[in-house]
Parts: sequence; structure tokens; C-alpha cells
Amino acid sequence: MIVRGAAHVVGHHVDTDVIIPARYLVTADAVELAKHAFEDLDPTLRQRIAPGDIIVAGENFGQGSSREHAPIAIKGLGVAAVVAISFARIFYRNAFNIGLPVLECADAHAEVLEGDVIEVDFTTGRVRNETRDEIYRGQPIPVFMQRLVDAGGLVGYVRAQLAKS
Amino acid sequence: MSMTITEKILAAHAGVASVAPGEIIDCRVDFVFANDITAPLAIREFEKMGVSGVFDPDRVAFVLDHYVPNKDIASAQQCKITREFVRAHGLPHFYDIGRAGIAHVLLAEEGFVGPGDVFVGADSHTCNHGALGAFATGVGSSDLAAAMAMGRLWLRVPETVRYEFLGRLRPWVTGKDLILAIIGKIGVDGARYGAMEFAGETLDDLTMDERFSITNMAVEAGAKNGIMEPDERTLAWVAPRLRRTFTVYRSDPDARFADMQTVDAGALDPVVAAPASPGNVVPVREAAGVKVDQCFIGTCTNGRIEDLRMAARVLAGRKVHRDTRLLVIPATPAIYRQALQEGLIQIFLDAGAAISTSTCGPCIGGHMGVLADGEVCVSTSSRNFVGRMGHRESQVYLANAGVAAASAVTGRLTHPSDVVGELVSV
Repeated sequence: MIVRGAAHVVGHHVDTDVIIPARYLVTADAVELAKHAFEDLDPTLRQRIAPGDIIVAGENFGQGSSREHAPIAIKGLGVAAVVAISFARIFYRNAFNIGLPVLECADAHAEVLEGDVIEVDFTTGRVRNETRDEIYRGQPIPVFMQRLVDAGGLVGYVRAQLAKS
Repeated sequence: MSMTITEKILAAHAGVASVAPGEIIDCRVDFVFANDITAPLAIREFEKMGVSGVFDPDRVAFVLDHYVPNKDIASAQQCKITREFVRAHGLPHFYDIGRAGIAHVLLAEEGFVGPGDVFVGADSHTCNHGALGAFATGVGSSDLAAAMAMGRLWLRVPETVRYEFLGRLRPWVTGKDLILAIIGKIGVDGARYGAMEFAGETLDDLTMDERFSITNMAVEAGAKNGIMEPDERTLAWVAPRLRRTFTVYRSDPDARFADMQTVDAGALDPVVAAPASPGNVVPVREAAGVKVDQCFIGTCTNGRIEDLRMAARVLAGRKVHRDTRLLVIPATPAIYRQALQEGLIQIFLDAGAAISTSTCGPCIGGHMGVLADGEVCVSTSSRNFVGRMGHRESQVYLANAGVAAASAVTGRLTHPSDVVGELVSV
């Protein structure tokens, strides 16, 4: 899978409270949650994000709470992918489970600037910065996670597991 | 093959002789739960999975603890989804207000988790139960739905780092200070994807309440789980409560750890995590004097009876400063009842504190004590991210219950010794 879009760069340790503050966790609706996405990080960010854009983050993106509402809110904004140096573990699983593509890449965060157009290849882990004509090597999706995706996400995986047993 | 306690528990639940870090395993779960925020999403996904019911109704709990008593119509609608699901499936372990407490404290108290268990909850602080020698971890709603449907969950076996606490704690230093000191040292992603195994002579003297506050915050270092080997005190705590049989696992003497660190616990003075990261840890004395608008004693981290006793020791015969508010929220009805019987509630009322029924409310800036623009709170909770307890310009200092109580008395961030005087031991 390849995703191409304009980058929005955020910092290190972006937590799920600033991705979607708990005061809005009274719904699981993606459109409603997206109205408050990143509100406590930067109240203007969600207005600058257009469908198909890509978030480029530093270390430990999605730290904190287990709220699946966080990747749902990001997906609700139309964000096509998140590229980060590293992800917090619960967020990483949640993103896969709700269909928000995420990729670990050590170098992109230091090089990509706001608005750069980047192309992310999830099979090879390659991130290409079209604006700057640079290439960053990221981690391809782990084999097991790819199998989950191929099974149609977690629901498909569970159905297949249950059919086996 | 030699293994750590975490690896042994996971191997036993995956039905294999041994596991190694990095391996992906399909793992049996002993118990699962969700709360009022995470359950509606889990139920929505569960209903897509094509199963007629949960894997075992006796191993599933729902605890309404975040937006209860319901703060508005939207939160009431969310709780209604869970209440209706529980009724439709005839699930026995359902905790609604009056009987509900903060899930992590309640579920251990009610005997749903014990040594050797794999315990999974749709709430990040599920790692709390590692103090009992269980593998306990938080997941999102979809993963919880999968576990609820199959009684199994895929997991990556974590690398274990062992932290050994040395020395005897000084007065006013608690389990909370120990875990904050570690997070301050290794950072909020210092244990990312890993297991934190806590050991050492210092733990021998700690009550279960203090031990829980250590494993509870393992997630604040990014860990998958925090764990301790059970000892006599653990078993004495568990035996009268647990509804199932249990197995005690211990790390092999030659188990392989990714790293081993020692913590000079005896040298530690109470600390706080200053805004806006649990990793921003400094001694209370270095941050002392900051003007405080609100103090909060409660949550899954520090809303237990030991915390309330410590707060009462500071507040007895004293008043909350007129420019400061104090909230006290016992984590469960049983703790509330015990605090009442011990006269602690009377002390809090006399001091001018507000006391509430069990809820996570203030910790997440949800209700029951939301902060305004520019306000500062000293909180016994576990997170102080931007906007965590209210307005994005509010600030939270994480501390133990003695520090929160002392700060309520003076209206400024304060070391408890400066209010009470030195204690020989606490």
C-alpha cells in the first residue's frame, strides 16, 4: 500500500489526551470526535489538515490512555497515515485495528517540514519526500500485522480464528 | 529454558513450554473488562464478530467508573449501551453506581484477579494488577472485543527490565514516589513495549496498596505490564478475595533481562511530576511554594485506604487553605466504608474537603473537579498531560497523598513534614 499527501509535523510524546481530550469521550462517532482532534496540542491544527494528509511525529506518538477514540479521531479528520519515530504500544495496536495506517521511521521527523509532500510505502517502509527529493528508510509493516490487515482487520481475523476452532 | 515471571505466565497461557521476547503468541486470557468509555466501542466491534455471546460470562466484567454518576445526556447514552448489553447477555459481573468503584481497585478487591493470571482490560491502567504477580495489560476496545469473543488475544512477548529497590523508605516516601522516580529516570517511553519487573528489599515493607500504585503507573513509562513476584503479604491479601485458584510464578535466577537497574530507595525524598509529563520528576522541596488552586486525592493510582490514612494524618485538626479546594474520592465503596469506620471521612469533612462517590471524573478532566484557565492542581493521579484535568492552560503536579494533603493545608505545593513535622515512620 502506498499513501501520498502533505505532511503536518508534530513533536515527541504526543499523548492521547491532546489527540482527543477525555471531555469529548462521550461518543464513538468519528466525525464528532474529529471536531476536537488535537485541540489541546494546537487548536488550529485540525483546520489545517485536509483529507489525505499525513502526520509526521516524533517519538512515542499516542502515549497514555488506551482510548481507541484517538486513532478514530485522527482517521475522522481524513488523515491518510501517521509516520512516527516510534509509537506507544496501545495506540499502535488500536491504529491497526481501526484501519489507520501507521509506519515507524527514524529519520523522517527530523527532515520533513510542514507542508512537504511525502509518499509512504507500507510494504517496503520507504518514505519519499517529493518536496525535498529525499528518501527515509522506515520499518515495513511487521509480518504478523500484515496478516491481520490481509485478514480484513481484527474483525476478519477473529472470524477466521473462530471458523478454525 | 530459564524465563522471567512475565514469560512464564505468557508461556503457560499460550500452551507452550517457553516463550522468548519478540515472539508473537496466541494467548488464553483469564479475565477481561471494559469501562463506560471503552465498552460501547468494544460492544460495537464485538457485534461484528459473528459470535452469539462472550467466551465465558464468568470471566467478563463491565465497570462504569469514568462518567458516573452520568454527567450529561451523552454520557448517560454511553452507559445505557453497556447496561443493555449486560442485560441482553445475562452477564453476572456488572458494576453500576453505588456498587461500582474505580475498576482497577474494585476488580482486585472483588477477587477477579490473582497471581499467574493473564488479565486484559480496555483501560491503560490495567497494568495495576501486576502487583499481584499477574500479567495484566491495557488494550483498546477492538482488542477487548476480540478477547471477549475468543477468550484469547495475540500478544508480543515483551523484553523484561528488572528494577531492584534498595533500602528502607524515609517518612512520607511512598510507592508512588518510587515509580515516579523511575519514570523520571528512564522517561515516558523508557520501558516502551516492555515488561517492568519490580523487586528488592524495599518492597518487603510496602503494603499492597503501595505496591499497586507502582505497577499501576508502569504504562506511564510506556510499558506493556508491570509485575512483582508474589510474597507472603501478596498471598495473605489475595487468598480471602480470589474467586479462582491461582499459580505463583517467579523469575528464574538465571532469567534473561534486557537490563537490570537498582534504585536507592532509602535515599529518596517525596517527589512530584511537574507539568506536563509524568517523566518531569523533581523532589517536592525543589518545586515547593507553587501556588495551588486545587488538590485531589483519589484515582486508581492513589485512592486506596492507605492513601486516605496518610492524607488524614496530615489533615487531622487542620483546615484546607481558604484559597484552595480539596477533593477526596475513595476508589471503591468498600474503601469509602472503611474510611468512614476509621473516622477519616470525619477528618476530611472537618478540614473542609469535598468528598465524592467513586469516579475517575477529575483525573481525566471529565467532571467533578475540572480546572479553569491558569489553575494549578496537586493530584494523586497518574497523568499530567496538557489539558488532562481541564483547560489546556491548567497545570497538574502528580504527587503522593501526603503531599496533596499538605499542599491543601498551606495552599502551596508543600512537603508533608513542613505541616506535620518529622515522623519516625509512616
